[in-house]
Amino acid sequence: MNFWQVCLEAFRAMSMNRLRAGLTMLGIIIGVGAVVLMLAIGESVREDINRRIDTMGSNVMVILPGSSTSNGVRAGRGAAQTLTLSDSAALAQLPVFSNVAPIVQQPFQVANGANNWNATVYGVGPEYFEIKDWTTDKGSLFGDVEMRSVSRVAVVGSTVAANLFGESDPIGQTIRIRSRPFEIIGVLATKGSDLGGGDQDDAIFIPLSTARQQLIRSWTPGSIQYILAQAASAEQVQEAVYDSTELLRTRHRIREEQEDDFTVRDLASIAEAAQGIATALTLLLGAIGSISLLVGGIGIMNIMLVSVTERTREIGIRMALGAKRRDVLLQFLTEAIVICVCGGAIGVLLAYLGSVAISKLSPMEVGISTSGIIIAFSFSALIGIFFGFYPARRAAGLKPVEALRYE
Amino acid sequence: MPSANRAPFSKVAEKNARGPLIALTDIRKSYFNGDLETPVLHGVNVTIKHGEFVAIMGQSGSGKSTLMNILGCLDTPTKGSYILNGREVEKLSDNELAQVRNETIGFVFQGFNLLKRMPLVDNVALPLLYAGVSMAEARKRAALKLAQTGLGDFLKRLPNQISGGQQQRVAISRALVCEPALILADEPTGNLDTTTSVEIMNLFTRLNEEQGMSILIVTHEPDVAKYAKRLVRLKDGYVTYDGPVADAHL
Repeated sequence: MNFWQVCLEAFRAMSMNRLRAGLTMLGIIIGVGAVVLMLAIGESVREDINRRIDTMGSNVMVILPGSSTSNGVRAGRGAAQTLTLSDSAALAQLPVFSNVAPIVQQPFQVANGANNWNATVYGVGPEYFEIKDWTTDKGSLFGDVEMRSVSRVAVVGSTVAANLFGESDPIGQTIRIRSRPFEIIGVLATKGSDLGGGDQDDAIFIPLSTARQQLIRSWTPGSIQYILAQAASAEQVQEAVYDSTELLRTRHRIREEQEDDFTVRDLASIAEAAQGIATALTLLLGAIGSISLLVGGIGIMNIMLVSVTERTREIGIRMALGAKRRDVLLQFLTEAIVICVCGGAIGVLLAYLGSVAISKLSPMEVGISTSGIIIAFSFSALIGIFFGFYPARRAAGLKPVEALRYE
Repeated sequence: MPSANRAPFSKVAEKNARGPLIALTDIRKSYFNGDLETPVLHGVNVTIKHGEFVAIMGQSGSGKSTLMNILGCLDTPTKGSYILNGREVEKLSDNELAQVRNETIGFVFQGFNLLKRMPLVDNVALPLLYAGVSMAEARKRAALKLAQTGLGDFLKRLPNQISGGQQQRVAISRALVCEPALILADEPTGNLDTTTSVEIMNLFTRLNEEQGMSILIVTHEPDVAKYAKRLVRLKDGYVTYDGPVADAHL
């Protein structure tokens, strides 16, 4: 018997007992559907997290000032203003860093005529945008020229633009920050929330020089609030953490036994942790789906065993007519595989419909991946082979005389 | 012998020159239930030539079903030698036995044993598929065989849509489709009324006389055994008579 004859026989056997075949298939449909959909959801969560991580910039670390101690009372982290522009410049000299951006920030009320909004104003250099890999939707970023000339220019996030200007084009318009006019030269591309849930688009960026001289004054000369630094490559992140710590300890004249008065925090490790969570979530969801597929497979085995018993006489007749054990084995195995593959196909279809529904009804974009479909499909065929084999072998192992006598 | 027999008769003689169709030597069969041995056949010796029409008769419990299973290569004897068409059956593997059943033997059963969900043409084509013939070719040959037994109009019907006599004719077509050396019929009229039984037995007789087909019928009915040329009577696992039907007191 060739492949098509065996398949025809399998379809015939299934059509004999449509309800039973349908119910058995349902187990596989649900199993495959669950695996494909769960993997797709896990994957979309992972992609979402990756997108957020990308907006942090790659190989980035943040250097924060440490706590200050005055008269034995320790203030919180960042209370001290120990980091300076010259620290930042010294860090920029280290070969492990490709970019170093000193930053000051403070929330302000900003106004466009009668319209006002509260947003955080960041004083940054052009390196900041390079580290974050941010671009503008409209207009342009500021560069070294604006830094040197202490220009009153601003690049705003899309949330700020929407709240101050609504539908109208903010480029070229003027906003007032603490009564000082700033010309908007760019609107950043929307980035959404960061990993902590904060809105990254609710921000205004102005040149660091302008911010330090005109908005965010400090009583320590040259002080900045924190530094964002980017290592030249992922492999150099650890080295960069070590080198910057050593450099700052030397510059701050910290003795061997003293604590650091700053903190170097590697954002890549946070990103890694988040990615780890996403992977674990995908695995967990996949495992849940797999369990239902396993249950479906057991259903197949159960029904195939019943079917073998019911059709013992048929098996005997076939053997009398010249069916070899291999023919009988293949017949029942094919039946199990046909049920699984048909169930798999319907399951994939249902998972696709489910993903469309989820994408429509929730903010999540769930897309079924080709690899997910291939995995689920071959997995369901494997389930058919695995759970169909034992009943099929039992059928093939029957003795012709006994099978033929079976009532 | 009528003149119509001559052509197949020469072919049969040619085959017989190479050896008998069936040679059973001291066939013994016992069933075991734990240590308890229940002998069913006590050394059967029977030789059947090509072209013979033999009836094996016996009451239930005489061992005729067991003998029939051994002859049909469905079961193996506990002891003894069985040579079928020149092959030593006890030396064959499972696969070779399946092949012998497929190529050499055509089975006809009491309960017809057609596959319920298959159209008649596919039922008849099934042994050809197991012989490796393509689906299209198998159906063509099956349709031809059905036409020869007068069922050419029922190819697409299912077994439960025709009468018992017609079903048995389908089963006979199926037995013939692989051109076997032997038709092995187990109570072929057991489920049929008298008129239909006569039809079926006449069909066997024609096959034997016109085509030289070797036929072996297992039955307990004297009326059926009468159609055969030779009778082998079994009692309690022993052969008690082996000779022409005409000389047996039925």
